[in-house]
Amino acid sequence: MSVEFSFLLVQALSGLASASSLFIIASGLTLVFGVTRIVNFAHGSFYMLGAYMAVTIVPWLLQIERSPTLFFLGVLLSAFVVGLLGVAMEILLLRRIYKVPELFQLLATFGVVLMVQDAVLHIWGPLDISGPRAPGLRHGVMILDQRFPAYELFLICAGPLVLGLLWLLMHKTRFGILLRAATRDREMVGALGVNQALLFTGTLFLGAFLAGLGGALQIPRVAASAQMDLSIITEAFVVTVIGGMGSIGGAFLAALLIGQLQAFGVLIFPKITLVLVFLLMALVLVVKPWGLLGRPEAAPPSAMPEGIASPRGFGVLDKILAVLALLLAAMLPLFGDAYAVKVATEVLIFALAAFSLNFLVGNGGIVSFGHAAYFGLGAYASALMVTRLGLPMEPALLAAPLAGGFFAALFGYFIVRLQGIYLAMLTLAFAQIAYAVCFQWVEVTGGDNGIVGVWPSTWAASRSAYHYLVLVAAVLGIFALRHVIYAPFGASLRAARDSSARAEAIGIDVRAHRWLGFTIAGAAAGLAGGLYAFSKGSIDPTLLGIPLSVDFLAMILLGGMQSVMGPVLGAAAFHSIKDIFMPLTDHWRFLLGAAIIALVLIFPRGLGGAYASLRARFARGGAP
Amino acid sequence: MADTVLEVDGLRAGYGPAEILFGVSLRLAKGEVAALMGRNGAGKSTTLKAIMGLLPPRGGRVVFGGREIAGLPAFRIARLGLGYVPEDRRIFTDLTVAENLEVGRRAARGHTAWTPERLFAIFPNLAAMRGRRAAAMSGGEQQMLAIARTLMGNPDAVLLDEPSEGLAPVILELMAEAVLSMKREGIAVLLSEQNFDFAAAVADHAYVIERGEIHYDGTMAALEADPVLRAQHLTL
Amino acid sequence: MTLLVVENLNKRFGGVVAARNVSFALAAGEMLAMIGPNGAGKSTSFNMVGGQLRPDSGRVVLAGQDITGLPPRAICRLGVGRSFQVAQPFLSVSVLENLQMALIAHAGRTRDMISRADALFRDEALGLLAELGMADAAARPMNTLAYGDVKRVELAIALAGKPRLLLMDEPTAGMAPGERAALMRLVAAIARRSSIGVLFTEHDMDAVFAHADRILVLVRGEIIAAGSPEEVRANPEVQRVYLGTSGLRAALRARAAAHG
Repeated sequence: MSVEFSFLLVQALSGLASASSLFIIASGLTLVFGVTRIVNFAHGSFYMLGAYMAVTIVPWLLQIERSPTLFFLGVLLSAFVVGLLGVAMEILLLRRIYKVPELFQLLATFGVVLMVQDAVLHIWGPLDISGPRAPGLRHGVMILDQRFPAYELFLICAGPLVLGLLWLLMHKTRFGILLRAATRDREMVGALGVNQALLFTGTLFLGAFLAGLGGALQIPRVAASAQMDLSIITEAFVVTVIGGMGSIGGAFLAALLIGQLQAFGVLIFPKITLVLVFLLMALVLVVKPWGLLGRPEAAPPSAMPEGIASPRGFGVLDKILAVLALLLAAMLPLFGDAYAVKVATEVLIFALAAFSLNFLVGNGGIVSFGHAAYFGLGAYASALMVTRLGLPMEPALLAAPLAGGFFAALFGYFIVRLQGIYLAMLTLAFAQIAYAVCFQWVEVTGGDNGIVGVWPSTWAASRSAYHYLVLVAAVLGIFALRHVIYAPFGASLRAARDSSARAEAIGIDVRAHRWLGFTIAGAAAGLAGGLYAFSKGSIDPTLLGIPLSVDFLAMILLGGMQSVMGPVLGAAAFHSIKDIFMPLTDHWRFLLGAAIIALVLIFPRGLGGAYASLRARFARGGAP
Repeated sequence: MADTVLEVDGLRAGYGPAEILFGVSLRLAKGEVAALMGRNGAGKSTTLKAIMGLLPPRGGRVVFGGREIAGLPAFRIARLGLGYVPEDRRIFTDLTVAENLEVGRRAARGHTAWTPERLFAIFPNLAAMRGRRAAAMSGGEQQMLAIARTLMGNPDAVLLDEPSEGLAPVILELMAEAVLSMKREGIAVLLSEQNFDFAAAVADHAYVIERGEIHYDGTMAALEADPVLRAQHLTL
Repeated sequence: MTLLVVENLNKRFGGVVAARNVSFALAAGEMLAMIGPNGAGKSTSFNMVGGQLRPDSGRVVLAGQDITGLPPRAICRLGVGRSFQVAQPFLSVSVLENLQMALIAHAGRTRDMISRADALFRDEALGLLAELGMADAAARPMNTLAYGDVKRVELAIALAGKPRLLLMDEPTAGMAPGERAALMRLVAAIARRSSIGVLFTEHDMDAVFAHADRILVLVRGEIIAAGSPEEVRANPEVQRVYLGTSGLRAALRARAAAHG
């Protein structure tokens, strides 16, 4: 009995320790959102940089003397340096995007994530770097009959300590008072003579400092690695969303909840701890759409004010180009080498996936940050049919859109209830749930290794035969979706995007239409995923991951979210560029990140927009 | 007059495609209280917002303290010495009374600086609740706090949007006294009003605005003395 | 014939009473104006009729059918059209497509994935535009229209649902002075001709007194006066609300005298 109790106590204590760490990081994220209204993906990068700074600075300081003072001085110094990087990010990037649509803000800050990943690899190399343990806190403490690391006990205290210091800062300093005022009413703070630019820069310093501190404090527990950023940012998102975005107290509460959920969830459901966390988030959002301690936004800002306007039919020039593109895709196996055919097949698959995403984003104004989930679930459905049930390719391919559509309907039921940034966060959360299931349910999904041996039927086994299969399926899929965009249903989605109140007032059930739209897009993405599985022969959980979701978003951004066919162009350009340049450079992610930021800042209408204005100029010049 | 603090000439403004102001002109002398009268929706609040830079002017000039301020961001305009008290008060409800005053604090230029203590002399109700959260205050107390918060910035002129709205008669008296104390301190006040008696009690000059245009520009006394003029612009 | 009956609507937001025992009736073909100072609860009452807000208590009855608390889309299908204070048309498409969308919705074909939306209800849409004198603007993108024209399109969208009752929240707000009278004349003419009941809020008193058959005056959530324009104009209570309290100056003078 006592053994069991002490075990549970230790389990609770380690839950508290991870809650502390999580809170320190999430408090910075929520603070930055509260003041600037930007959800900063790069917050995870600041955390990672904090850890790398600390594994560099702290050992150097400890060479002078192995004292706790120097250890913590090093930790604070690392956090300070990261704070300065936050200032740089505010001045160089955020200032330019405070007024752009949320999707662009998310993408631009994700661009920073990609750039930082490569920068970290360049500076610190690919190997994990372990940090020194904290002098004076290296021993274990006996709690009842269990040994518990002293450093963990210190971390348990660090969270409340940071909460207390933040409270003092927010209530006892002019800067903190201004921050709290700005969180409620930025405009009024400006009308009282406060320069918001400085306030925002200060906020980013503080936010990045906290992320850096969180990372630096981890070095005795976890080695610094280049994968730290994405895993922590999704957890920090979950904490801020559950707590209520902008609420520091809420973040603390949510971190405690999640810490305990993880600590005890591991005992009861060891396989699905990640799922539990995201399920908690989904549950909270459904019951309290603005989080535990969050407050409703007066008017949720529109996530996507600009998208597909009146879609125009194909002109003569468009028809010629479309036929040429189709001919090229059809003739490729006759003159191209196997490699060219493989790339073309993939382009077609991604074109379908990107098109289905823009059906949501550009046409419906529903910003999905987790579209890869439906792609990946389609791929897994097909792969499982073939490998576990031993079915042939044909029914397995049929299962792909059914799976994508089923899960899109399931998740979408909750997602379409929300708006703006909360909607985007929930799409991300559900995608992470799906990812976590595929990653952790090793018996069925093969876990990290995925599933191998997903081969087409013999008639479609050759590269070129499979290429033709994909060509037919993708082109049919794209044209079916395109037809829906032109049909009353597509127009209704645009109407609901332009003005939800007006759409309701003329009798459109906005939520039901969005749900149906989400399901259709999920089914199309699922089909693309199924096609992808058979083209590769193997699949793994990265097919559901955030990076692939961002790739899809980058494709529609590059192609132009305002144009109907832009995503096809974007997928072709993006995938070809990736395929050509990725093997040539060690810095693909850096280039991709920079390219995404450049697109957002200077080329937000993409290739489709450029084509449309060229065509308009051509038409004007050609008119008598 | 040489001592003009604020001069607005042909100001045009609106929200999105909606046009609200069609060329508003008015001026405010040093230490003067002017009332901008008009019915709901006539453009009173829009005029004040456009002067303050909270709504970008689409045309016309705004000169404050000899400087063209149209197009400047609101915080620059505030720093030049123009204060603004919005219609809905926009108190920071999470903050205490003292913290709200702190947000408004700016160094004085030349004259004696306002301190919370000096403000509590004008608004005695606030003194007792320095540490209270503004969310727990009544409408009248919030209105006083909104004015006090703006005075903490030591402005030369204040734009006061509907100070009397929704206030009980007792509070109205306090509010009128507060406007007159500001005048005594040499602060020019441009207030928008629908309550004629309140405006007549505090203002030297009156403007009547209708459908985004100024329809009367003259002394308050003249408007008060002429029931025909008043009926024409302000009654149903 | 009584078209709309509103009985004892109440609504509170936190401690604020936005509507207290609001009751009125509206006949087919009648123009009923709701006026009052800012914060009087006009929009609240209005939104409770349109379904955007659910009343705490009370009933809204449309042509004998209780519609209290139904969502806006259901109320729309029962024959209630509405225009918003800040116009909310579908900005990314053309004028014609705005009306086609409204007609598609009215026909219950918004889930149709087969037809081409731009081929549906073209003639009806053009007919509605012609009725409002906007046939020339049919092909123009909505976001290039002057605001007065946007408001007219809003009206056309509301009429596309063949409403029995039209709810118009400040139909002339944001319009140039000259356009206001024209729009109100148009509304009045259509209402009389098609026997549509019109409930509208308005700040422009000229528009109210020129076109309303009856006027309701709301102050702090309560109806303090109701009647014909002449009756409301003569009501001393209304005069007091619009002219302010007169005791204030006397009190101030007395104080000033007392202080010397």
